[in-house]
Amino acid sequence: MATLSTQRTRWLNRLGTGRGFSKETASPLWAITAWIVGLIVFFPVLYMFLTGFKTENAAVELPPKLVFWPTFENYEAVFGINFLPFFRNSIMTSLISTFFVMLLAIPCAYALALYRPKKWKDILFFFISTRFLPVAGVIVPLYVIFSPTGDPQLGGRGLNLLGTLPGLILLYTAMNLPIAIWMLRSFFEEVPRDVLDAARVDGAGLPREMLQIVLPMVAPGLVATIFISIIFAWNEFFLAYNLAPKESTVPMFMVRFVTSEGLFWAKLAASCTMAVFPIVLLGWLAQRQLVRGLSMGAVK
Amino acid sequence: MAIAETPTRRRTLLRAAPAAKRGLGDHEIGRLLVMPALIFAILVTQAPFLLTIWYSLQRWNLNRPERRAFVGFDNYIFLVTRDPAFLEAITNTVVFVVGSVLASLALGLLYAELVNHRFPGRGIVRTMLITPFLIMPAAAALTWKNQLLNPNYGVVDWTVNTVLPGNPGPSWLDEFPMLSVIAVIVWRWAPFMMLILLAGMQSISEEVREAARVDGATAKQEFLDITLPQLWRFMQLGGLLGTVFIVQEIDPIFMMTGGGPGDATTTLPYLVYEKARESFDIGRGAALGVIVVLISIVAITFLVRLLDRMLERREA
Repeated sequence: MATLSTQRTRWLNRLGTGRGFSKETASPLWAITAWIVGLIVFFPVLYMFLTGFKTENAAVELPPKLVFWPTFENYEAVFGINFLPFFRNSIMTSLISTFFVMLLAIPCAYALALYRPKKWKDILFFFISTRFLPVAGVIVPLYVIFSPTGDPQLGGRGLNLLGTLPGLILLYTAMNLPIAIWMLRSFFEEVPRDVLDAARVDGAGLPREMLQIVLPMVAPGLVATIFISIIFAWNEFFLAYNLAPKESTVPMFMVRFVTSEGLFWAKLAASCTMAVFPIVLLGWLAQRQLVRGLSMGAVK
Repeated sequence: MAIAETPTRRRTLLRAAPAAKRGLGDHEIGRLLVMPALIFAILVTQAPFLLTIWYSLQRWNLNRPERRAFVGFDNYIFLVTRDPAFLEAITNTVVFVVGSVLASLALGLLYAELVNHRFPGRGIVRTMLITPFLIMPAAAALTWKNQLLNPNYGVVDWTVNTVLPGNPGPSWLDEFPMLSVIAVIVWRWAPFMMLILLAGMQSISEEVREAARVDGATAKQEFLDITLPQLWRFMQLGGLLGTVFIVQEIDPIFMMTGGGPGDATTTLPYLVYEKARESFDIGRGAALGVIVVLISIVAITFLVRLLDRMLERREA
């Protein structure tokens, strides 16, 4: 035991600053285990994808067939039950809300990183606490304010946004704003001070400094932030279900499968595949930056 | 809500001096740039929350608007003393959140350790492990409910039957509703934990790992004595972020169990939805919303402190 604890102190004392993966190749057993775990975790996605190309009868067959002759009838059927408007609504909602998020977040994050106002830290933490507050805490008044009649005691006129895309866009903008600010701030912080000083000496005004010098430098960060914002907006369920339940975004299309179409697994799988496809693609592309966004820029 | 101010104000004062030296910390232009986002966030998030508090003090059911009146804390008193669904929802929420977060952390740690070693196809395995987090929660819940957990045609029971012949698998959603919902949450959130822990593992010096191996450490010793202690801060971050996000997840509950059987999977956020949208009880729905926020503030406070510490470390 004594040797073990001295060993431990020795190792911990040597903790340096280097970063990186293990350089040594793991044993074959390790590789096989990792592959098996990976395949098990991925199986539901693969199964969903494959089932979308089976006939309804084949979809419930056990053991599940992994090799078969694909059919496209489910995809035709899903478009037949009006999938497209939901898809279009989701694209509009995610893209427009992300546009507003970036419009508000870029100047704000820029200031919080490079031109800090008084109490900048309180401002930073105020933003993040708005993201951590459960939506359940604001959903009731939102429902009232968004209704056509509103709250009679507040003048009796609502915003009439229930079931509309502008209402969702407004809320998704607020939902993604804090994450975008924190994430962008962490990218702006990495811009070398020399570059900024040089620009200022050259007499570049703030607009030129921001638009022509800094933003191009953090372009990958901007793209990652845009991706994260789209992912969250696309997958959002609680607000959409409470405030725009009928004809809105893709998650609301899935709701109808809980009741009316629950028995049609192949069609269900086809629509699930289409629902997740754009986001899985974005996520795979943004893999490296994902963790930064999800940890509010605290982890790189 | 000004929850964030308490832990940070003291530090802000301490930080003021070095920040001023670098010419950061008192920019007029900075204030202008921050304003639009700040005003927007206050209007869209804080104003409704104030209204939630106001509504929670009223008797107001949309079915009987004429009986609306200010009733003080009656809604809260009703929930706590006379609403069995509320007490059950509290227990359910704790089980749901604590179970999901701990299981996600444990599984995420396993994933991270697996792909933190070099082997053929590591990139592909990592991508496969991340994917569940990208799947739309509503779609994930439906796929699990039907294709995996269905007692007749689901893959899980088929596997149970194949491994243990003659053993009909259980009807998961009826017999183990909470476990089923947690399983889907864990499947989606373990990759998130993996990403955070992997970043933590990669911040550990490779030299140390090598030194340990030269000293004859087994993989197990290396993990327990080097990796784990270094990861503590990242586990805290993952646990707290997981808590504030998972508390709000109602998609799998809605899609898989509808809060049932009975109230077995009704969590507090789901109950808010039921009260407001199904019973049209604005007053009690709002009171529940306030309670959810109060409970979350505990986790939020710890999380904000941790983020603040990590920020300080970076600045230093």
